[in-house]
Amino acid sequence: MTQTVLSHPKSLKPASNWKNWLGVVPFFLFAFLFLILPSLRLFVGSFTDNEGNFTFQNILQLFTQKSIIDAYWLSIRISAITALGGGIFGFLLAYSVTVGGLPRALRSALITFSGVASNFAGVPLAFAFVATIGRTGFITAVLKDVFGINIYQSGFNLYSFVGLSITYMYFQFPLMVLIMAPALDGLKREWREAAENLGATTTQYWLRIAFPVLLPSLLGAIILLFGNAFGAYATAYALTGGTLPIVTIQIGAQIRGDVLHNPGLGYAMAMGMVFIMAVSLAGYSWLQKLSERWLR
Amino acid sequence: MIMRFRKIPFWSWLWFGLGVVYFLVPLLATLEFSLSMERDKIGLLAYERAFEDKNFIETFTYSNLLALATILASIVLMVPTAYWIRLRLPEARRITEFITLLPFVVPAIILVFGLIRIYSSPLSVPFTEIEIFRPLTNTKIGTNILIVAGYMVLAMPYMYRSVDTGMRTVDVRTLTEAAQSLGANWFTIIVRVILPNIRAALLSGALLTFAIVVGEVILASFLGVDAFGPYLFLLGQHRAYEPAALTFVTFLLTWAAMGLIQLFTGGQGQAAGAH
Repeated sequence: MTQTVLSHPKSLKPASNWKNWLGVVPFFLFAFLFLILPSLRLFVGSFTDNEGNFTFQNILQLFTQKSIIDAYWLSIRISAITALGGGIFGFLLAYSVTVGGLPRALRSALITFSGVASNFAGVPLAFAFVATIGRTGFITAVLKDVFGINIYQSGFNLYSFVGLSITYMYFQFPLMVLIMAPALDGLKREWREAAENLGATTTQYWLRIAFPVLLPSLLGAIILLFGNAFGAYATAYALTGGTLPIVTIQIGAQIRGDVLHNPGLGYAMAMGMVFIMAVSLAGYSWLQKLSERWLR
Repeated sequence: MIMRFRKIPFWSWLWFGLGVVYFLVPLLATLEFSLSMERDKIGLLAYERAFEDKNFIETFTYSNLLALATILASIVLMVPTAYWIRLRLPEARRITEFITLLPFVVPAIILVFGLIRIYSSPLSVPFTEIEIFRPLTNTKIGTNILIVAGYMVLAMPYMYRSVDTGMRTVDVRTLTEAAQSLGANWFTIIVRVILPNIRAALLSGALLTFAIVVGEVILASFLGVDAFGPYLFLLGQHRAYEPAALTFVTFLLTWAAMGLIQLFTGGQGQAAGAH
């Protein structure tokens, strides 16, 4: 992502001209007004009590109030499961079209489709899954009429943890495909040939060479998927109507009307979320840097 | 090179097949459902009903206008910035890249939370009573400005990356010097020299922005804007077939946008997220 374009000859290094900074003032002003300032407002608010005094109480309460811990825990579980599931499945898919020996045409079809599916989220995605495995959904009906299995009688429910996870997977594994396909392309043919010349089996090649090389990008991608699910709101809201209290849904309720009866606590909850997102993005970019050592 | 006798890659086909099933079944189910509004008959009635609705036409047009405004404003903001950083201010590159990544850390629901708290009350100079401007959310035009700004933030990572990638492939410095030696001013350089040279990158950024904005529901519903996203959500509360029809249409639109990006950028798929 980062790259250096210009390397100044030492002797000609221009005296840092402050006038040059004027050219980027509009951008920084925009970012300050509509991104930094709103975030700062929430940050300051999370350290403010109802009378406007400084307090750590809101932050502490994040770790003590049961409803909040539950919300975070639910979000973390859903994000972790869909990141792992989407990660593994997405990896296998990316594998199949890169080094897995499938025809080249399938690869570009899959990449295009992944681009579409990873962008197909929110309300339409929820509706699509209602039409598929909702109570009167297509698959539900097929299972009932053809196989005699009523999934709703055997405890399945789309508007639940499992249902939401299945729905999230629809945008999770395509994202994995988009990240992993280039990484798998980076596996050099020579490595495999060298390993085979030295008598390695396919399993040995994968376990001792390919997998260790891919590990940072695999982990990084899974962490990114985690953040991707953690920040999701519209899909969950459209699907469950707010009955599944994940963090984003709780924050949404707090915006509409102070359901926590403490504005500061709402800000703290938002900040907790930003913190988790920041950690996962930092983890992703760190691991991505590590992986660039071998792949590329 | 070693001769390798490859069998048919069974596992690859299996994974690929499963992937295709996961991709296609929800779409086919939606399509099937949307076509069966009339009992025992396949027909486009749901689509007719959905398209006839005055509210659909209004909200959909409005969302498209919002997308257009977001794209234009993003280009006006991002192209000169990326250009200037490349040409004169490489030391601002890191901080700018950092800022353009921030929207990944601040999800839409948090962004709208902050935007509402800042702009639904009068903005005053800190620690004083001096008002800089009145609450943006009080007026229609103010709300429109606010939501377009919010969409610009959501689209910022993709827009900046597209523009920056576009400029990497053309020699900005040489182009600028050539234009300057012919007597062009900055405005002419950016509009008539730089923009045409990065049009493929701009188009892919624009299409991605379009895909994000048209169905967006979080900013639109919390800021109380009658856009397509909230409309579709409400329609889903009391109708069955029309929302399925519009869902399928939305999917086709996303497909069109992504397919065009693929066409223009030659295979670099990108991922966005307003989930």
